[in-house]
Amino acid sequence: MLVAKPAEPHNLVVRGARVLDPGEGIDGELDVRIDDGMISELGSRLDTNAHRIVDGDGLVLAPAFVDPHVHLRTPGREDEETIASGTKAAAAGGFCAILAMPNTDPIVDSSAVLGSLIETARLEAEVPVGFLAAISKGQSGAELTEMVELAEGGAAGFSDDGMPVTAPGLMRRALQYGAAAGRPLAVHCEEPTLSRGGQMHEGAVSAELGLTGYPSVAESVMVERDLALAAYEQRPLHVLHVSARESVDAVRAAQAAGVGATAEVTPHHLCLTDEAVRSLDSNLKMNPPLRSADDRGALVEALRDGTIQAIATDHAPHARHEKEVPFEAAPFGVTGLETAFAALWTHLVEPGLIRLETLLERMSSGPAAIYGLRVPRIAPGEPANLVLLDLRSSRRIEERGFRSRSANSWLLGERLTGNVRLTVAAGRVVHES
Amino acid sequence: MTDIRVVRDDLLPPRTGERRHLISISDLTRDDIERLLATARSFARSLEREMKKLPTLRGRTVVNVFYESSTRTSSSFELAAKRLSADTMSIKAAGSAVDKGESLKDTALTLGAYDPDVIVIRHPQIGAAQLVVQTTRAHVVNAGDGKHQHPTQALLDLYTLQEEFGRLDALHVAIVGDVLHSRVARSLIQALALVDARVTVVGPPTLIPRGIEAMGCESTTEIDAIAAADVVYVLRMQRERMQEGANYVPSLREYTARWGVTPGRLREGQKVMHPGPMNRGVEIDPRVADAADALIETQVRAGLLTRMAVLYDLLTTGPVGVKAQTLHEVA
Repeated sequence: MLVAKPAEPHNLVVRGARVLDPGEGIDGELDVRIDDGMISELGSRLDTNAHRIVDGDGLVLAPAFVDPHVHLRTPGREDEETIASGTKAAAAGGFCAILAMPNTDPIVDSSAVLGSLIETARLEAEVPVGFLAAISKGQSGAELTEMVELAEGGAAGFSDDGMPVTAPGLMRRALQYGAAAGRPLAVHCEEPTLSRGGQMHEGAVSAELGLTGYPSVAESVMVERDLALAAYEQRPLHVLHVSARESVDAVRAAQAAGVGATAEVTPHHLCLTDEAVRSLDSNLKMNPPLRSADDRGALVEALRDGTIQAIATDHAPHARHEKEVPFEAAPFGVTGLETAFAALWTHLVEPGLIRLETLLERMSSGPAAIYGLRVPRIAPGEPANLVLLDLRSSRRIEERGFRSRSANSWLLGERLTGNVRLTVAAGRVVHES
Repeated sequence: MTDIRVVRDDLLPPRTGERRHLISISDLTRDDIERLLATARSFARSLEREMKKLPTLRGRTVVNVFYESSTRTSSSFELAAKRLSADTMSIKAAGSAVDKGESLKDTALTLGAYDPDVIVIRHPQIGAAQLVVQTTRAHVVNAGDGKHQHPTQALLDLYTLQEEFGRLDALHVAIVGDVLHSRVARSLIQALALVDARVTVVGPPTLIPRGIEAMGCESTTEIDAIAAADVVYVLRMQRERMQEGANYVPSLREYTARWGVTPGRLREGQKVMHPGPMNRGVEIDPRVADAADALIETQVRAGLLTRMAVLYDLLTTGPVGVKAQTLHEVA
């Protein structure tokens, strides 16, 4: 399901790092040896087997990250991102696996398009990448895609991300028929007649700025509807990029009622509120929009208590000329692969809002489990999927220096602490700094 | 002829280095507003002279760029610049490279290459003035950006009120109509709040933005509430901004019947303002528009003076309090 370009696995010893794998219950200063891309041994003063040694002194070695939600813009907008550039960005962000959304041009709604993407990924993906296919043909919300054939062709899941599945009847059919495909269903929850023309969260800030409001309820009524359908059909459902307190409440209630509901949240919704939009910076325009401080608090709480299992960047590259327009004319979306960990370390962990262990889990095992991907673990016999983190050094986020082809980051100009020093994905060193 | 200078004791010395703009009333302090109104009053006296032109901004260049139709605002900015002896250039979207699909950024870069001192911009999209700030070295005056702000309109309205009532403090203004789509309302509510006036917004529930009270006003859907105000400020029913099928009001007929400003809904002698252009018979009864109590023509005259004051202030005196724009603040 995940594909990358074939390459020789590496041999390596990471020496003296604080090894932190919450899932394995490991937290201690250890050496980790990798033989032929597999973790072979953990311990003190390991025999290096004449491998290359990486000094981990003062650094944290953790399971590498998994991003369940990126836009690679391929096919169709290779000027904004390619599989090569997007996976390089992922490597720089500490990710060992990413999942790409199907809202490309053409849309990934047939095994022909999916097959050609997988072929391209075999030639150029630096880190393993999986592709979701659309729920409906052309993401038009009218007819189901050939979900079984797409699943057999390697689709990692199904989503009409970017667009809601508006008709409840079709959503129900997707839940029913999706069972035969056996891959997760992920929904972008937005009631279009409530969000129409919406530019930002509806509230005091939108009232003052005059930007058309996109109310929380436009998201939460769809979350509630989709979870009601999932409950009725007794099918699991993954809710993409939740932004509102009411949506979190709906997911929590569904989980309590025994529905297999999972949810993800983006770094920008965890770090910012609608107050940031006062700058009218088009790099603060995204869908769903940044919401109130109360919503942000609910998201952080849900991340902490596990109602939200995954952090997803919703990395959405845009050409510079398309963002260098008045706020109202700009497209939705911001990049995130290369800044996710640093943003969350700086804005959530350092101020004490969540623990580092929680962050690491929600960026790695949480998203992997939702899509049934192999969970990155630091244990002998496991493939090496590791990230070496420097929690002390800081850097200023600038347009130069992104591996992504686009630089529409919400963090431009900001100084962040927490750098990715080394990424090992599927047994290979894919990033070093 | 000697240079007629506006002299005020508290006039701040010219500031160099920091580039100032007028994008939003929220960038101003009360002191800024009082200084601008005082400057406008001085210009009122100077315009009573036979020789109306002042040499103050000789050699300066003011470029007006209008992407939306406008009579009052564009003409008064142009005349304001000319009265102060600045060179002016006015560009309308129609007939310019904009017709050929040129982006706002490229238009701004092109105009910026002439090194204008001030760019006055009107644009249908929120954030347009900000983009010009980022793209050129000129002082930027926002002459209306979408539903966001129209700060010089608010300043001329304050000037009009001050002239009429001799004070702004504790004045009660009822703003009636389509507040949701009105940049005029947003700027005016902020400006009136800054000078400690009281504001009540009145209109259909669908056209009062949720959360508007946080700007420092009261809100009601009851048209009878206007009787308690010193001034009734009537907003234009912005038909061109009504998205089709959005159902803000079922019909203009019903709007007029319920929220139209008619003689019967006003107290004797109650003052009425309107930013223009009016839809007579929709939001304002023609009898109200033509009555002696309407300050609508006074507003137009105040527009010239206030815009002169803004240009003068940006180019010669202290800050029109625009803070350095930070990218954004992380909560």
